[in-house]
Amino acid sequence: MSTFSLSDVAATGEPSRGGAWVERLRGALPGLGAALAWAAFGVSCLIRDDVGDWSRTQDVAIAAFVIAALILPGTLATDRLGQTGAWLRQRAPWLVVLGLFLTMWELATAKFALLPLPFFPPPQAIVEVYTDDLPKLAESIFASIKLQLGGYIIGATLGFVTGVAIGWSTSIGYWVHPLLRFIGPLPATAWLPIAFFTFPSSWSASTFLIALATGFPVTVLTWSGVASVSSSYYDVARTLGARSSFLVLKVAIPAALPHVFVGLFMGLGASFAVLVVAEMIGVKAGLGWYLQWAQGWAAYANMYAALLVMSLLCSGAITLLFKVRDRVLVWQKGTVKW
Amino acid sequence: MVAQAAVKPIGHPAVGASIDIGHVSHAFDIDGTKLEVLDDVSLAVEPGEFVALLGPSGCGKSTLLRLVAGLEPPRSGVLREDDIRIKGPHPSRVVVFQDPTLFPWRSVWDNVALGLEAQGILKAQRPRIDAALELVGLSAFRNAYPHQLSGGMAQRVALARALVNDPKVLVLDEPLGKLDSLTRIAMQAELVALWQRKGFTTLLVTHDVEEALVLANRVVVLSDRPARIKADIAVERPHPRHRGDPYLADLRRQILGLLGLEATW
Repeated sequence: MSTFSLSDVAATGEPSRGGAWVERLRGALPGLGAALAWAAFGVSCLIRDDVGDWSRTQDVAIAAFVIAALILPGTLATDRLGQTGAWLRQRAPWLVVLGLFLTMWELATAKFALLPLPFFPPPQAIVEVYTDDLPKLAESIFASIKLQLGGYIIGATLGFVTGVAIGWSTSIGYWVHPLLRFIGPLPATAWLPIAFFTFPSSWSASTFLIALATGFPVTVLTWSGVASVSSSYYDVARTLGARSSFLVLKVAIPAALPHVFVGLFMGLGASFAVLVVAEMIGVKAGLGWYLQWAQGWAAYANMYAALLVMSLLCSGAITLLFKVRDRVLVWQKGTVKW
Repeated sequence: MVAQAAVKPIGHPAVGASIDIGHVSHAFDIDGTKLEVLDDVSLAVEPGEFVALLGPSGCGKSTLLRLVAGLEPPRSGVLREDDIRIKGPHPSRVVVFQDPTLFPWRSVWDNVALGLEAQGILKAQRPRIDAALELVGLSAFRNAYPHQLSGGMAQRVALARALVNDPKVLVLDEPLGKLDSLTRIAMQAELVALWQRKGFTTLLVTHDVEEALVLANRVVVLSDRPARIKADIAVERPHPRHRGDPYLADLRRQILGLLGLEATW
């Protein structure tokens, strides 16, 4: 063997010392890169004075160095860190890109002002929002969650019950179908002006709108789910002695649940849009209101900060719903591609 | 309506009920045209008998079973179980369909529990589920979901789901039709063993002449649609039967002749 390669090691199954060392280095490369990228971000914060007046530049630099220092042993000693190590190793390439992005952002804004201020604030300005404007931001987050959750739960519950009712009973369907056909496709935001003067408070008006946006897709999909249940399931249940309550609760609803979840996902997406619009226009609280308020004061860093939180909340809500679905529809595992 | 079947633990021989089909005719409306499926069918099935209904595909055999099960009322004529008019489905007459139609969101155990749960007696009768699973040899799969089962296993679960109710009449709508031939032969033997042990009346729809001859005491041959009874043949051979038995071969030729297929034999 004159030349040495990794495939030889794999083939013989007897790794020599040199081979193992090369392999370890190769595995650690993304981690090293990530640590370097974050260190570079830290350096970029310190290389020269900021072009503007930001109080958190030093703190951000320290945080970047701390993160770099944590990544380094984290990726080198993955074997000893178990799950955390594997998690870190898998995300190392993303950490590299993130570190580089932050570095460029820092340089392009705070250091050389290549992007126009104040529209493009530097990272430390956004960090400053989280540290110095936290009470107001937290209050907005809390208000948004409260409004969203209330409206969504009301809309999803009513939509589900309506969907089951019209899927099951043709006489209920006779009255509800036309309403659904005319009112359903209307964007919930179109009701905004009417809702805000008919409801006693802007909060109840927004709850109504969010419930409306959620309710329509949930109703339609629950209905189609119930209507598409194979009649042979009902035949089986009936010959085994099932009454109609059993047919609804134990046959129609469980069989329709996969559809219901599609409706819940669509309703969640639609309700986010309504939430933000309602908060921007009528409600005097919440992240939508915070965005509007920040724009009014030309506080662009606050806008970005709020936008980031909003995206985390929305994706968190979607993830949560996925988790619920995975739990409720375990039986689908293996029949459907996830 | 038939009185609620007495609750007996599985394993005790249930006594089969008689089924009396009296001058039953039935038709479907398809796009405004009337499609006759059954034409004046009369058949008396004794308690504990195993009757096979043979007929060309689409002749209305399955419709007759749906009427016996009470899933539909006949257009004219009367069906009786033990001299009581059949007006709707009842767990004393359980159907096993061609597709196992297990509920995919329920585990094997919960599928078998369906009947007792629907009748509201599951809490007191849980051991019966385990006994029924034992009976079809699937105790190890009690927590599996239907999609994890093979076709034969799924059909055995469907059988357990029917038998757990201790039916007086077992209505089988081509239950082995979609199985591979080896599984099919094995399950035919299981079916005969269960029938002998339990004593329920069995009505089997099949398009397989050999299956009918291996299993049933009586083979009823139906005509093309609208179905009419063409012949009622007794199969006087004890179980287990040998597939190569010349007596059965003779009957087979006779039946294929009735179905218009003598040239193929």
